[in-house]
Amino acid sequence: MTTTDGHVVVDHLSKRFGAVLAVDDLSFEVRPGRVTGFLGPNGAGKTTTLRMLLGLVSPTSGTATVSGRRYTDIPRPAHVVGAALEAASFHPGRSARDHLRVLAPQVGVPDSRCDEVLALVGLTDAADRRVGGFSLGMRQRLGLATTLLGDPRVLVLDEPANGLDPEGIAWLRAFLRHLAAEGRTVLVSSHVLSEVQQTVDDVVIIARGRLVHASSLAELARLARRTVRVASPDQDGLRRLVERVAGGSTPGAAVSLPEPGVAVLEGVEAAAVGAAAFAAGVELHELASRDVGLEDLFLQLTGERAASGAPPEPDGPGTRPVADAATERGAA
Amino acid sequence: MIPALRAEYRKLVTTRLWWVLLLCMALYMAFLGGVMAFVLTQEGGGGAMTGGFGGGADEMPPLPPEDLVRTVYTLAPALGYVFPVIVGALAVTNEFRHMTITPTLLAEPRRSLVLGAKLVASLPLGALFGVVGTLATVATGALVLAVRGEPVLLDDPDVLLTLARSVLVLAVWAMVGVGFGAAMPNQVAAIVVLLAFTQFVEPLLRLFLGAFEPTEGIVRWLPGAAGEAVTGASFYASSGIGNLLPWWQGLLALVGYGLLLAALGRATSLRRDIS
Ligand SMILES: Nc1ncnc2c1ncn2[C@@H]1O[C@H](COP(=O)(O)OP(=O)(O)OP(=O)(O)O)[C@@H](O)[C@H]1O
Ligand SMILES: [Mg+2]
Repeated sequence: MTTTDGHVVVDHLSKRFGAVLAVDDLSFEVRPGRVTGFLGPNGAGKTTTLRMLLGLVSPTSGTATVSGRRYTDIPRPAHVVGAALEAASFHPGRSARDHLRVLAPQVGVPDSRCDEVLALVGLTDAADRRVGGFSLGMRQRLGLATTLLGDPRVLVLDEPANGLDPEGIAWLRAFLRHLAAEGRTVLVSSHVLSEVQQTVDDVVIIARGRLVHASSLAELARLARRTVRVASPDQDGLRRLVERVAGGSTPGAAVSLPEPGVAVLEGVEAAAVGAAAFAAGVELHELASRDVGLEDLFLQLTGERAASGAPPEPDGPGTRPVADAATERGAA
Repeated sequence: MIPALRAEYRKLVTTRLWWVLLLCMALYMAFLGGVMAFVLTQEGGGGAMTGGFGGGADEMPPLPPEDLVRTVYTLAPALGYVFPVIVGALAVTNEFRHMTITPTLLAEPRRSLVLGAKLVASLPLGALFGVVGTLATVATGALVLAVRGEPVLLDDPDVLLTLARSVLVLAVWAMVGVGFGAAMPNQVAAIVVLLAFTQFVEPLLRLFLGAFEPTEGIVRWLPGAAGEAVTGASFYASSGIGNLLPWWQGLLALVGYGLLLAALGRATSLRRDIS
């Protein structure tokens, strides 16, 4: 076993379709034993990236490897990577079992494996029904069954939660967690963070083909922390308060001053701000704490929020880019 | 290659269109066999045919029995070859139409091997179409000939050899279809172009190019003419239009068409991004 075993590495990957730069110098790494969410709005380049990883689309530049090898260089690749790209890749006239039986010889598994994976995804009763009559959720399950045929170490799933009902999403969540717990690498794409928020350990977020964020979900959640908004008629007092909070007592706190007489502090508790105001003798008219949802943060990271017409934030003192995004919500 | 062939076989038998086409071919060939046997045994029938094509006349002597049975028994490769061609083309276009090309290439990323398996797998399928189509033609054709008091010659080794070559050439036609499907993976476009070319464009080309001396030589190399050459009997040739290649040259020409189209497909649709 090498150190790259089960790792997915995307390295300076780009893809141009005519005038569209679908993927733009994208690099990230996906580790085994974890579920990684590959996130971005519609058209961000998720599917294109996954198709390049799987040898279906040739990159304009850069490489993508699984366990250190390009997909097309892996002999019997379905034993190493199981991939489901879209719910529509079935011949409507074939039954679920026949869809799998068609692939089994080249995957390199006996026919009995087809029934095993159908049972794993709960499609045993529908095995002999034609896929043309399947619901979207059933197709997703069949797609998942396809990925499992070769019992691969790495799973690549493009929007697997699309079309699933809440029960189906809960089932998928447990299923993916189980696969990761077995030590497999699970890469799932989605265009909504909330859909995979409870499933993923790591996130890779892209927008317009570029990487905007990659970290563990926990780290992302830390960015999405609470903001505290304070308002005071005493502009100088407010300055003093801000200095006191941001200055020494609470390292990592970020501040913005969205309008006269208002400050938004991030990375601190409301109680700490209240105590500081009391100690500084500043009259407060408002002290409110607010959670920036992960989804909001996601929208800001991917630029959706800005695109939807929010006014640009005037630069406050000591504001970091990410905090800027977060405080904007707090102030809005 | 063996797993790829097994996969191709399963792709085929798990869909239903192919046997609908097989049934159509059987009915069509049975119909044509009976009708042509009847027409060609009419008084001055041999001439009636040339009259239809080249003008000319009832002075044409009736066909000798060997030519008569050969013309009737080889109607499948002469007029029914479009069925195995379409079945071969569908083996490729269906993958693009339903995007099953994605799971196919995920299971086997070596695209040349996938295409090669389709080419090879089409041969037994085409042979099945060949057997059914040829038998259907001979069944009604021989029946009508017998009723009309003509010899059916089904114990003649030459005639049997002709029937075997009819099966062979129809098998190769399916392979040509695979090559064509790879070169033109859009299913609707592929079927329209196939029907137009086989039913309309090539017959017209053979008629017009065959009428002039400088272009006459080209006609023999057109795919339909090459296919007919394999059985050594031509619906057109016996109508007095053009002559045929030796049978083995016809066979090689047809195989060449299939491989050329497949190479074209490999360099275009199968090299492109699958997205
Ligand atoms: N074959 C293609 N030809 C031209 N442009 C393409 C092609 N495939 C994708 N694109 C473009 O590349 C960009 C990225 O598309 P992609 O499908 O990868 O996005 P995505 O992140 O998967 O989006 P979604 O969430 O809608 O599935 C889009 O602008 C899309 O229009
Ligand atoms: Mg997509």
